Amino acid sequence: MTTHLHSPAVAATAVHKSYGDHVVLDGVDLDVPSGTVFALLGPNGAGKTTMVQLLSTLIRADSGQMRICGHDVDREPDAVRAAIGVTGQFAAVDGFLTGEENLMLMADLNRLPRRERWRCAVDLLERFELTDAAGMPAVTYSGGMRRRLDLAMTLVGKPRVVFLDEPTTGLDPRSRRTMWDVIRRLVTDEGVTMFLTTQYLEEADRLADRVAVLHRGRLVAEGPPEELKRQVGDGHVTLRFADPDEYDAAARILDVISRDESALTLKVPGRGDVGSLRRLLDRLDHAALTVDELRIHTPDLDDVFFVLTGDPTARQEPIR
Amino acid sequence: MSNVSSTVSIAFADSATMLRRRLRHMLRYPTLILTAAGVPVAILLLFVYVLGGALGDGVGTAGGMSYVDYVVPGVVLMTVATAAQGTAISVSIDMTEGIVARFRTMAIARVSVLTGHVLGSLIQTMLSIAAVVGVALLVGFRPTAALGEWLGAIGVLAMIVLALTWLSVALAMVAKSVATASNMLTPLMILPMTGSGFVPTDSMPTGLRWFAEYQPFTPFIETLRGLLMGTPMGDGLILTVGWCAAIGLGGYLWAKRLYNREPTR
Repeated sequence: MTTHLHSPAVAATAVHKSYGDHVVLDGVDLDVPSGTVFALLGPNGAGKTTMVQLLSTLIRADSGQMRICGHDVDREPDAVRAAIGVTGQFAAVDGFLTGEENLMLMADLNRLPRRERWRCAVDLLERFELTDAAGMPAVTYSGGMRRRLDLAMTLVGKPRVVFLDEPTTGLDPRSRRTMWDVIRRLVTDEGVTMFLTTQYLEEADRLADRVAVLHRGRLVAEGPPEELKRQVGDGHVTLRFADPDEYDAAARILDVISRDESALTLKVPGRGDVGSLRRLLDRLDHAALTVDELRIHTPDLDDVFFVLTGDPTARQEPIR
Repeated sequence: MSNVSSTVSIAFADSATMLRRRLRHMLRYPTLILTAAGVPVAILLLFVYVLGGALGDGVGTAGGMSYVDYVVPGVVLMTVATAAQGTAISVSIDMTEGIVARFRTMAIARVSVLTGHVLGSLIQTMLSIAAVVGVALLVGFRPTAALGEWLGAIGVLAMIVLALTWLSVALAMVAKSVATASNMLTPLMILPMTGSGFVPTDSMPTGLRWFAEYQPFTPFIETLRGLLMGTPMGDGLILTVGWCAAIGLGGYLWAKRLYNREPTR
């Protein structure tokens, strides 16, 4: 511990990774101080998972340097593996084993002192609200339970750095909030460093001390979430049109964040206050365009990308 | 030195943990053992009761042996092949699940997952073989083997199972899906039939006979038959050891290389 007190938990310099012609990461620099929560924010396909796979020794970078708690990822992979825990996007649990057996498996593989193994499993089941389901095979668990078991398994080895790759993607709102509570408690109680990836601005805002935005393999912004939110502003307005021609005409005269051709909807920046809404509607009226439906939204990833990159097509795939 | 010995002891401990994991799977789904034994038992009964009368006349000339005694070694090796398919399926399921990604990010002995699978399959296959031999005894199989020969037969079978299991682990990792993994092992089921398992090779047409005499299952079967029934083994044992060493080592190195290879998506 003491030897690496001053080295950052995660440090990466000029990391490049391509698959064939497809450049996934194009020179990424990262610096995550010990004991903090870092969120890598980006849409599907931005390279978030690749970054986690590189840092967690699953794959190798084409070039660049990465260190975890002072250990070089390339040259000392076992020292890195001993320091980290990874919870991926797809729950890495053994479905044929029960929750308790999964935790005991991790206790064995982490070679905990024999007397502590059982204790550790029981404690984690309790903490993650899995005690009732401890004796059931993990295949019977709900999505939220599997994620919690997955994270509990990651913690058996007492990792100093925990990677959470999209910890709440695909979860219902209630399970998501439970997961957030669990993550926040981990940071305050255990002082672990968290490296999480997410496509939800709200999640990064709730959990992270610092946020970096990944866009087409490069970081386009980095800072505290408040700073990011200040830059992004207050949200956007969705306009739905009944007529494709009017939709096209509106797309030409307005600042559009993103558009959905099939639903005939446009997203435009705006706080949703009376003044700015009136100006927006006046503009449409002036052009004799009729809006079928209007909705006001709090900021999301689309807004971030529009502000940071001016690129309305940042999101290449729809988000579930 | 102490570094090496601790690496070795970690490899043992992790492999033992992975073996326990595999045995837990097996205990939770004991039907896997019965499934692996089911096909060979059906074939045994088919050959003894349906085809055995006619085939026995042709085969029986070799020292007045009954057909059931002749066919059991072939059926036992078919059990090995069926079980190898089961191994490939369970390895393939494992590789497509997230749990293996987790193992890769942990500071554990690298191939212990695979070693656990192989040792678990060895135990499972030997149990399936015991079930098949049990049925064979019920339908009139009367081996002449004494205790020494029985132990020899068990040893030879364990060696064959170990070799073929490493091969099936490697094949399972080449396959991109569980279905492909299963299909890749199907040819292994045919080999006991196209060797000396069910009829003597000298009754086959020239091309097939040449194949039958040089493929590994023929010395496997001849050695097993020699141990159980006291028939001449010839150079069967040496060939069996050689084949097993080649297949086992090749399979092990191949599987290890595939496991250490970067996962591509």
